[in-house]
Amino acid sequence: MSDENNKSLTLSVKNLRKSFGPVEVLHGIDLTLRGGEVHAILGENGAGKSTLVKILSGFEPLTDGELHISDGSGSSERITLWNNAIAEQAGVVLIHQEFNLAEQLTVAENIFLGNEITGRHFLDKKTMQTKAQGYLDILRSDIDPGASVDQLPVSAKQMVEIAKAQAKNARVLVLDEPTAVLTQQESQVLFELIDRFRQDGVAIVFISHKLDEIEQIADVITVLRDGELVGSYPAAQLSKDDMARLMVGRELSSLFPEMPKVPNEAEVVLRVSDLLLQGNSTSTSFELRRGEVLGFSGLVGSGRTALMETVLGLRRSAKGNTGSVELRGERVDFKQLSAARNKGVAYLTKDRKGSGLLLDKGLVFNFSLFSLHKVSSLLIDTKREEVAFEKAIKTFDIRMKDRSIAAGNLSGGNQQKLLLAKILEAEPSIIIIDEPTRGIDIGTKSQIYYFIAELIASGHSLILISSDITEIIGLSHRVAVMYHGQISGVLEGDEIEEIEIMRYAAGLKNKHLEQSGTSNAKA
Amino acid sequence: MPKLDLKTAGPFIALIVVFIIGVLVNDAFLSSGNLSNILARSSFIGIVAIGATFVITAGGIDLSVGSMAAFISGCMILLMNALMDTIDSMVAIIILAIIASLGIGAVAGLINGLLTTKAKIEAFIVTLGTMGIYRSLVTYMADGGTLSLNFTIGDVYSEVYYGVFLGLPYPVWVFLAVAVIGYVLLNMTVFGRHCFAVGSNESVARYSAINVDRVKTATYMLQGVCVSIATIIYVPRLGSASGQTGILWELEAIAAVIIGGTVLKGGYGRIWGTVVGALILTLIGNILNLTDAVSNYLNGAVQGIIVIVAVYLQRGAWRRD
Repeated sequence: MSDENNKSLTLSVKNLRKSFGPVEVLHGIDLTLRGGEVHAILGENGAGKSTLVKILSGFEPLTDGELHISDGSGSSERITLWNNAIAEQAGVVLIHQEFNLAEQLTVAENIFLGNEITGRHFLDKKTMQTKAQGYLDILRSDIDPGASVDQLPVSAKQMVEIAKAQAKNARVLVLDEPTAVLTQQESQVLFELIDRFRQDGVAIVFISHKLDEIEQIADVITVLRDGELVGSYPAAQLSKDDMARLMVGRELSSLFPEMPKVPNEAEVVLRVSDLLLQGNSTSTSFELRRGEVLGFSGLVGSGRTALMETVLGLRRSAKGNTGSVELRGERVDFKQLSAARNKGVAYLTKDRKGSGLLLDKGLVFNFSLFSLHKVSSLLIDTKREEVAFEKAIKTFDIRMKDRSIAAGNLSGGNQQKLLLAKILEAEPSIIIIDEPTRGIDIGTKSQIYYFIAELIASGHSLILISSDITEIIGLSHRVAVMYHGQISGVLEGDEIEEIEIMRYAAGLKNKHLEQSGTSNAKA
Repeated sequence: MPKLDLKTAGPFIALIVVFIIGVLVNDAFLSSGNLSNILARSSFIGIVAIGATFVITAGGIDLSVGSMAAFISGCMILLMNALMDTIDSMVAIIILAIIASLGIGAVAGLINGLLTTKAKIEAFIVTLGTMGIYRSLVTYMADGGTLSLNFTIGDVYSEVYYGVFLGLPYPVWVFLAVAVIGYVLLNMTVFGRHCFAVGSNESVARYSAINVDRVKTATYMLQGVCVSIATIIYVPRLGSASGQTGILWELEAIAAVIIGGTVLKGGYGRIWGTVVGALILTLIGNILNLTDAVSNYLNGAVQGIIVIVAVYLQRGAWRRD
């Protein structure tokens, strides 16, 4: 680090609690971050990792609990007032999952954003440029401080974020899934950097879903589950399997309906063969049978949505793609989602607010948007439209205080049911649903699971993308797990089990590689 | 009693207010000659503005309409003058010119549409560019001066602007027809719904199996055709075209759309509002002509104030919702 008298810092929280409104999401977490240590925080989606690091770096106030800082001289100070400005003053810097960079400004301008160096009246660009170069040199990065940030690749943007943290003299550096956007090589560069920060006495908080990375780099591992602290362990004590077991280890409840079995002779309704996705070098294949729920598991960014959107014509396949998509034995090549819909394939987006519903439009407007052709000839038959909507309200139990409200005023769960009603109104036989229960309450979740069971019972086929492993296990007949844009394994029967799925999702196991005989064997 | 919806009723109330002011200002205002003159003159901007309602509802903008009108006028005049030597029937020449006009309008709209959707350039930039191109083309075609329609054809064609049916000039009937068709298209068809959806949130539209590019391109083509229709009834009025033809039509059309309650960022549009907006703008010009209280040179200022007040009231009405 540039600062000479950089004493190490210890930041600890005791019995930290956090509530959003009446809902408590963190239930008494104890955590100690020490200078010179890489502290990994592990947990499933929704376990509370992001909330925890936001509190540590002052972006969210804590509801209850104690925060202590000691600066190595032995005295520990209880902090009563904690916000982002105070946290940065103390040297706690969070690097967000999505970068906080001003894209149109230069690297140097970004590094000093909010900490601009001024001469008498104007910005001292020269000094900032030189100092920025100094920070980048320490990082052994060859990024030009005068380059515009929007021209940089993601790995370089991350480097700029780290240089920015240096400019703030970071003593606790919090990295929220820093490798999610990096290639393996870029990740290794980052790890070397983290190692040097560690030697300089910086405390590093590292969040990642990739267990092999954590094994490689962490000194201490803290595991969270459903907002509870499972424990903090020296990294050397835990194997990757231990980590996976500590993260999950939750029992399945009767949240889930009984799923009808898939008959042995069930035909293949959708066959994807050797489809090459954009930005991938290897192709992907899978089959969906009639009356089946095929679960798609994997980490965020593992390519599940990209795969389905490519099949549906919402994205272009990669150049030189020789793969094919067959629908009930007939070869198809969808260029538009409307082509897929007309062939009886529907897609429920995971981005309910951004891509699913027009939040400022009415309920009927939203409901019929995907299936307008059904109620129109030359003109739209608004009577039939209303009748269909009334029916859907009953079928899907959509609750509202007033029919005339905009979709944005429905609760999250009711929005999701409206969205489901919207795509099912087109009467698809193959339904691809992406994160159908994200951010909705448990009661509505269960309702949606029962809808899915009913669809299967009536002969529909379903692909379920979900980051909620219990949901995948509770509903799927088979589970395809994706890792780095590829299906690393398709699990059936007894194989469908949390730790096993986690192994494939984290890249510890890969049937694809085993088949092609490249490497990897150990269970 | 249902509560008064200011968002819907606002433009109509404003129209009534402006109308009453007109009555108070000068007795000549209510003469049938003056009223039919107002209606006929408002039909040019009105028809263009109906096309603009589609473009804006679907989240776009078209700045090229004024220049496009001038360019199409020029083309029509040159074509008709050229056909004089080969075709005897004046009516046939005029019909050919009308067909050509519609074709040029549709193609010009198609170009705007493809440049925004396929080349992915912002509509503002695309139409700023085509605006300059058409304006300069018509100036070039007129060699910096004025293109004049041959008098023999002009006499026959002038019937289209000056002719009267059931007491109203033809342009008013055309305006009404375009408005009715526009209303049905925007509010009662799948295409209209898709315009609302695309303007409201393109991503949602795409995930609702709507061909977003096609919808947007269609709105620009529709705009082009509307410009062409306005031009068809405009050419016989003066029988000439120059670099000054159709100047600022784009702003007047957008003003009419906004006064009418259509949301500039897209997602919500109202044809009748637009019609009323066009009438209000024309009325203001007419009233200023009939009074000495405010100089006629301040026409633009008054229109500007009206636009700002209209939008302010609409926003206020939203807050109360």
